[in-house]
Amino acid sequence: MGTRRVSLRVNGVPQEAEVEPRTLLVYFLREGLGLTGTKVGCDTSSCGSCTVLMDGESVKSCTLLAVQADGREVTTIEGVAEGGELHPLQRAFQENHGLQCGFCTPGMVMAALGYLQKNPTPSEESVRLALEGNLCRCTGYTNIVRSILAAAPAMNGHAAAEAGVPGG
Amino acid sequence: MVQAVQRYVGGRVLRKEDSRLLTGRGRYVDDLALAGMVWMAVVRSPYAHARIKAVDVAPARDMPGVVAALSGDDLASEWAGPLPCVWPVTEDIKMPQHWPVAKDKVRYMGDAVAVVVATSRALACDAAEAVQVEYEPLPAVTDVEAAMAEDAPLVHEDLGTNKSFTWSHGGVGDVEGTFAKAPVVVKERYWHPRLIPNAMEPRGVLVQPGLSQGDFTMWSATQIPHVAKVTLAMVTGISEAKLRVVAPEVGGGFGSKLDIYAEEALCLALARRLQRPVKWIEERSENYLATIHGRGVLQDMELAATEDGKLLAIRAKLIADMGAYFQLITPGIPMLGAWLYGGCYKADAYWFEYTGVFTNQTPTDAYRGAGRPEATYAIERAMDALARRVGKDPAEVRRMNFIPPFSEPTALVTGLQADSGDYEATLDRALELAGYDELRKEQKARLDRKDAKLLGIGISTYIENCGWAPSSLLGAIRYAGGGWDSASVRVLPTGKVEVFTGTSPHGQGHETTWSQIVADGLGIPFDDIEVFHGDTAVSPLGFDTYGSRSLAVGGVALKMATDKVVDKARKLAAHELEVAEVDLDYESGRFSVKGAPKQARSIPELAFTAWQAHNLPPGLDPNLEASATFDPPNFTFPSGAHICAVEVDTETGKVDFLKYVAVDDCGTVINPMIVDGQVQGGIAQGIAEAMYEEAIYDENGILLTSSMMNYLVPSAVEIPVATLDRTVTPSSTNSMGVKGIGEAGTIAAPPAVLNAVADALSPLGVTDLQMPVSPQRVWHAIKNATGRNGGPA
Repeated sequence: MGTRRVSLRVNGVPQEAEVEPRTLLVYFLREGLGLTGTKVGCDTSSCGSCTVLMDGESVKSCTLLAVQADGREVTTIEGVAEGGELHPLQRAFQENHGLQCGFCTPGMVMAALGYLQKNPTPSEESVRLALEGNLCRCTGYTNIVRSILAAAPAMNGHAAAEAGVPGG
Repeated sequence: MVQAVQRYVGGRVLRKEDSRLLTGRGRYVDDLALAGMVWMAVVRSPYAHARIKAVDVAPARDMPGVVAALSGDDLASEWAGPLPCVWPVTEDIKMPQHWPVAKDKVRYMGDAVAVVVATSRALACDAAEAVQVEYEPLPAVTDVEAAMAEDAPLVHEDLGTNKSFTWSHGGVGDVEGTFAKAPVVVKERYWHPRLIPNAMEPRGVLVQPGLSQGDFTMWSATQIPHVAKVTLAMVTGISEAKLRVVAPEVGGGFGSKLDIYAEEALCLALARRLQRPVKWIEERSENYLATIHGRGVLQDMELAATEDGKLLAIRAKLIADMGAYFQLITPGIPMLGAWLYGGCYKADAYWFEYTGVFTNQTPTDAYRGAGRPEATYAIERAMDALARRVGKDPAEVRRMNFIPPFSEPTALVTGLQADSGDYEATLDRALELAGYDELRKEQKARLDRKDAKLLGIGISTYIENCGWAPSSLLGAIRYAGGGWDSASVRVLPTGKVEVFTGTSPHGQGHETTWSQIVADGLGIPFDDIEVFHGDTAVSPLGFDTYGSRSLAVGGVALKMATDKVVDKARKLAAHELEVAEVDLDYESGRFSVKGAPKQARSIPELAFTAWQAHNLPPGLDPNLEASATFDPPNFTFPSGAHICAVEVDTETGKVDFLKYVAVDDCGTVINPMIVDGQVQGGIAQGIAEAMYEEAIYDENGILLTSSMMNYLVPSAVEIPVATLDRTVTPSSTNSMGVKGIGEAGTIAAPPAVLNAVADALSPLGVTDLQMPVSPQRVWHAIKNATGRNGGPA
C-alpha cells in the first residue's frame, strides 16, 4: 500500500507526514501526532467525540481522511486554551458542571466553539440543535447547554479583547 | 470538643478533575501506547446460535504484520478457570461455563470465535476479516417465554434446559389469603426492554508484561479494578500478587464496565504468550454486541387493595433474560430490586420471585439502577393503575399509603429496615413545584374542548437501596464479594495530603468530593489534597464503584480515616504542648490549649514532627497517616418524587415534555453541584429508556439495533430540562448521613414518563402501554383502544 504526503497546520504548528491513504484524520491526529485529546466514540459518525475545527468549521475527524486535511488548518482540543489559561468556553464548562466523565467533552467543546464563533448570541434552542451531532451519556445535556450559553458573552469579550477592542 | 468548621462539605465546589479533561489531557486507555505494543482484534460470530465446524486462522496468520492468530481451541490451555460469575443466586442454579473464546458453539451474535494480533490497529482488523470460520447454524431462541417451552432450542445443551433458576424472596404475611379476600386486585404485565448501556468511551484494555518474572500491568476501561485483579488472577492463573490493574481515566460506565470481560483475559493471556504489550480497543459496533446489555425483564405485578385504595398486598413474578451466558453478576440483577416492589408504601403481605432464562442474545448484567428501575417501574405504574381502578387521584392514593416519616430504622413490607425517609415531604414539594392543581385543570380543559393534544401527568414516588451491605448479608444471598470499602489518608511532612480510596470513579468526581471531606476534616487547603484511585498497586483493597455505593461506603471510610488522623495528631499535639488531650480544642486543622489559644499546633506542623519522630509520645508510631474500612450495618434508602407533564399528540403519537420536576432525598449532600449533575444525567437516561431506547433482535437472534444509527441514544434536542430540588433526611446507616444519588434519576424517571403518557391516554381507553413510548407505539395504542387513526377523544 502506497503512502501520500500531507502537509497541514495543527493548532498553529506546521506538520508534514507520509500517511496511508486510508488513514482517518482522527487517527492521524491521535496516533500520528500524539494529540489524544480528540476521542473516538463510535464508528458511524454519530457521537461527535472526534469533533475538531478545520478552517474554523467543526467537522467529525472520524469521517475525514487525513489526506482531505492536506493544506488545511486544524484545531483540536489541545489548541483551545492559551498560555495555560482555560478558554472562556472551557471555563464555562467547569463553572456549569458541563462534564462528568469527560470523554465526550473535547468534541462538545469543539462543536460549541465552531458554533459560537459563527453565532455569538445564541438561543437555548439553537444551541441544542447545534449539538445534535454530539452525544453525551452522563450529563443529560442541561449543564452542557448552560455552559455554552454562559460562554457566549464571555467569548465575545474574549474575542473583543483579542482584537484590541476596549470593553468588548 | 469543638468540631472542625465545615468550609467545603455542602458547598458547590468546582471539580478538580475538569481542567485536565477540558484541555484534552485526560488519559483514557486508548490514549496510552507502549513500545513494542501489538493490537488484538476479535473475530465474532455473525450467527446467534451455530455449531463451529472449523476455524481456519492460517489465512490471517500469513498476512503482513500479523503476530498471532488463534482459535478457541488454540487458547484453551491459557485458562485456569472460566470467566467469573460471582452471584450464583440459588443452590440449584444451572451455571454454564463461559470461556473467553467459544470452542464448540457460538451462543449469541458477537460471541468470540478467534483472535488475531498484529502490529497495528488496521492490520489487526484486516487479519480478523481473513479468518475462515465454518458454521452450522442452529435455531435461535430470543423470547424469554419461548425459551422455557419444552421444545425450545437449548442455549446450553449440557444444562438440559434454558431455565437456570427460580429465586424466591420467601414472602411476608398471608399473600394468597390477602389476594383471595381483597376487594380490589390490580393485575399488570410489563415488559422492561433490553437496553444497550452506551458509555461514551468504548471498552479497552492494554497489558504490559513486566520486566521481572511473570508480572503484568493491565490498564482497563473498568469500574472495578480491584475485583478484576482477584477474578482475572483466577481466570488466567497469574499470581494475584503479580497482577496490577489500573483503571485510568474511564469514560462512563453505567454498569457496563462493572464486569469481567473476555478481552481482559485475552489481552493478559496474549501478553503472557507473546511477551509483548497487547492492546485492544472496542469498536462501537462491537460494544453493541459484546458489552453487556441491561434489563430485559417480563414482570407480572399484582396489587391487592381495599375499595378506597389502601394497599394490602403486593405480588411480583418476573422472568429475566440472562442472555447467552452469565457475566459477573447477571443472575443477581433482579434481586437488587427484590425488596423494593412494595415501594415506599405500607402493606401487610409481599411476594417476589424471579426466574432466570438463557436466550441466544448478548448477556445481560448491571445497567444504571440494575433491578431497582424494574421494581420502581412495576410498583409505580401499578399504583397508577390502582388509582384509576378506585377512581382516585394518583397523588392521593400514594399519600394514603405512604410509610409515615421516620429517622431510625423502620420496617418495609418487604422485610428490610429502611434507614430514614419522609416520602410525603418530597411528594408535597414536587406537587408544589409542578403546579399540580393547575396541570389537572389544564388537562381537563383540553379534554373538554376535544383538543387533539392531550395532557398527561405522571408521578413516581420511588425508594431505592444502595451501598449493599453488611458483607454478612451479601454472603447470605450467595454473593461472593463483600460490601465494605476502605480509605487511607497520609499527611506528608510538607502538609500536603495523599488520599487513597478503594472506590474507582468514572465521571462521578470523587477527587473533588473526597477532597472536600478531607479538607474540612484536617483544615488543609482543598488544592493541597491529591486523591489516588483505580490502581491496585496504590490504593487499598476495596470493592470499587457501582450501585451508588462510593460515598455511602467509601466516603464514610474516608471520613473515618480522616478522624483517625485527627485523633493521632491530637495525641502528638498534647505531648508537644504538654497538656492532656481533653485540654485541647480542635478547629480547622489547629489544636489549641483551652484558655491559652496561642499555644497551638497545626496539622501540617504535627505531620512534620510526626515524620521526624524525634519526640513522639510512648506508643505513637511515626507519620500522620491512617486507614479505615467501613462495612455498613445496613443499606441506605434514597427516595424522592418525580412528576412529569407531557403533551401527547393523538394524531401522530408524538410525546412532548411540558414539565419535569424532581425532588430527591439522598440524605446529607457533600457537593450539591455534583448531586444535581447526577440527578439530571440519571433522569436523561431514564427518559431515554422510557421513550427511545430498545435493543431489538429478529427471530434469528440478529441484533437489528446494532449501532448508534438505529439505536436512539438521545441528543440535546430530545432531553428536557428538569426542575430539581431536594429534601434532606439523613441516613441512620452511617455517621455522615449520606445515601447515594448515582442511579436515582434513572430509577425514578421511566414510571413518571409512562404514567404521564398513560394518564393522557386513559380517557381514550388505552390501558396497555409499554416502553419505549415511541410515536409509533403510542399511535397504535390509541388505534387499538379507539379503532380510529388517532384524533381527540
